[in-house]
Amino acid sequence: MPDTTGRARPPRAAPAARTAHARDRAPRRLRLRRGLTPWLFLAAPLVLLITFTYAPVANMVAYSFTDWDGVSPELNYTGAENYVELLTRPELFEVFFVSGYYLAASAVQIVVALYFATVLSFDVRFRNFFKGVLFFPYLINGVAIGFVFLYFFQDGGTLDSVLSLFGVHPDRAWLGTPVSANVSLAGVSVWRYLGLNFVLFLGAIQSIPGELYEAAELDGANRRHQFRYIIAPGIRPVLSLTVILSVSGSLSAFEVPFIMTGGATGTETFVIQTVKLAFQFDKTGLASAAAVVLLLIVLAVTWVQRRLVPDDKVDLV
Amino acid sequence: MNRRTKTAGSLLAAVLLAAGCTGSGGTSKGEDAEAAADPGKVSGSITVLTHRTDLVQDGTMKKYAAAFHRTYPKVKVEFDALTDYEGEVKIRMNTENYGDVLMIPSVIKKNDYPKFFASLGTRTERAKKYLFTDFTTVGGKVYGQSPMGALPGFLYNKRVWKEAGITDWPTTPAEFLDGLKAVRSRTDAIPYYTNFKDMWPLTHWTYVDGAVGCDPRATSRLATGDPWAKGEDLRVGDTLLYDIVHGGLAEKDPTTTNWEGSKPKLAKGGIATMWLGSWAITQFRAAAEQAGANPDDIGFMPFPAQRNGKHCATMSPDYNQAVNVNSDHKEAARAWIDWFTDRSGYAADNLTLSPVKGAPLPEVLRPYEDAGVKLIELDDAKGAVVKEIDNESEIGLYKPDYRQDLVDLARGARKGSLDDFLGDLGERWEEARKATGS
Repeated sequence: MPDTTGRARPPRAAPAARTAHARDRAPRRLRLRRGLTPWLFLAAPLVLLITFTYAPVANMVAYSFTDWDGVSPELNYTGAENYVELLTRPELFEVFFVSGYYLAASAVQIVVALYFATVLSFDVRFRNFFKGVLFFPYLINGVAIGFVFLYFFQDGGTLDSVLSLFGVHPDRAWLGTPVSANVSLAGVSVWRYLGLNFVLFLGAIQSIPGELYEAAELDGANRRHQFRYIIAPGIRPVLSLTVILSVSGSLSAFEVPFIMTGGATGTETFVIQTVKLAFQFDKTGLASAAAVVLLLIVLAVTWVQRRLVPDDKVDLV
Repeated sequence: MNRRTKTAGSLLAAVLLAAGCTGSGGTSKGEDAEAAADPGKVSGSITVLTHRTDLVQDGTMKKYAAAFHRTYPKVKVEFDALTDYEGEVKIRMNTENYGDVLMIPSVIKKNDYPKFFASLGTRTERAKKYLFTDFTTVGGKVYGQSPMGALPGFLYNKRVWKEAGITDWPTTPAEFLDGLKAVRSRTDAIPYYTNFKDMWPLTHWTYVDGAVGCDPRATSRLATGDPWAKGEDLRVGDTLLYDIVHGGLAEKDPTTTNWEGSKPKLAKGGIATMWLGSWAITQFRAAAEQAGANPDDIGFMPFPAQRNGKHCATMSPDYNQAVNVNSDHKEAARAWIDWFTDRSGYAADNLTLSPVKGAPLPEVLRPYEDAGVKLIELDDAKGAVVKEIDNESEIGLYKPDYRQDLVDLARGARKGSLDDFLGDLGERWEEARKATGS
């Protein structure tokens, strides 16, 4: 017996020792591999992110402390001079008034997108067709949109002809005065980005379990009640995300006004101004500083917004 | 957090380092691209960067290259046509790889030319034969040569102006305005077309400089004083533009104009006048032919101002061709520039001025010759200073912005008076002049 136990023990001990040993080594290798695996998967996106986002940003920040003109081999470190110049020239920030138009437009855009998303999340005839129609503008290239709408707003263009079908002959230059030009441009950007907001809202609404509607209907809730007590609270996180995107988008509006008016007639936004500083007047250093300031402004606005509307968990049930 | 700041810091350091490295880019300073003694011996394959995408696409450049090849059988020429020439070349010039021959982009500071380009010879030697050498001279050496030159002027539809009862060129801005008014009342044409939306046509109004006062030193005057002071050339030009728009003599909605569309419109008589350069004549004639209108209706007249009973027009260069200082085939590159300037017929094909002194004016400018318009070559000694002041002030003499503002002011889309507007430009110019220390 003792023999067997004695004999039995070593073999038992041996594998135990072996496993202990193996557990000591294999897990380390395994742990290493387990530790490495996510990084391997992350490598591609990280490399892309660093090369195309963080390195250029670091570059930009570095240039903002120099007087570089964008091509000359000579560049001098000028310290905070560019920032001082920016902050002592209030006229450079006047262009933010233009963002007001885009801000107002994005409020309209969110309401309209929310309306369509709600309507189309219920059973409606041709709903997939309408979904496509609403999302389609977002897929079109911004440059193409700019050109299309130039014809649209032209004297005797599409808008004027459509209005004349209804007997209205406004005879106005839509892009002719600062107010009308900015309203027109903001309208174009609503047309363009409505689809994105709409899809985000639609996704959020459809992730709300269907039983809730059924239960609500049994309790006698009509569509308005359903929106008020189920949908609205259910999509709050997406709603606040959309607001953040809209605010930062309004502050940095660029494509549509740049292509359509090039910033003429009081439609110059902060980004257009920055581009002009860099590529027209060869002040790459100053323009980089302006870009950094815009980044900080957007971050600050986002932060304030998050403080005002904290992102709490939604619990519908 | 800590690790993150560290990587950001090292990234920043790497960036600064990389940026510092470009400082040593122009080591081979002051190199020359010698002219070849024997065309048969020059060899190599060269790349020519060009903004003429149209000529590369329709094979015209290839024809030039073939003709060049007959004289220089051992040189192979390839073209690299860039749509956004300025933007793309600017970025490529941060490396050493920007072709063998290229057009000097406007962003390069004149004093930096020796760092980027090989010299073509001394000013004194080249000026004997060529025009526009002044525009690329740094330290007595010339770094580029424009293959053609242009005169500024009003393209107009002769038929329309005749219908309005005007056959002689106006000699004062007031007379010119009366002419436009006559066009408005007696014909269906839009008297003047700004091309506001396409922006760059507005920049041509700066080429008024020199045409009013007939002063070859007009550019230097910009560098030393207020360009918008009473009686200065730019003030006269900008006031005329203001009066045209203010008097309702321009198109109704300038914000949606269309350059391509404006060409056949002028040819057919829908538009009477536009301020452009002589280079545009060929394009308008082609547009006229395409639209089935008479190309001979396209006329060209100088700025309505006279000195001693004669009109003046300034000759200005197009893009200047230069040799990349890092090129391995400088001799071949130089050969291309010389051949293209002297013998390609490029200037004549485009109905523009030849940069070779004493060459005859193109046929389209015969009326200029007949009327005795005095052609002046501007002295560009202060060109670099003017550009520096211009950038510092953010006015943009050769950029559309301030003229767009001017047009907006004239048509009431912007508040203020012309005097205040031009006065403000003058103040900004003076301030920038002091800041740049000139």
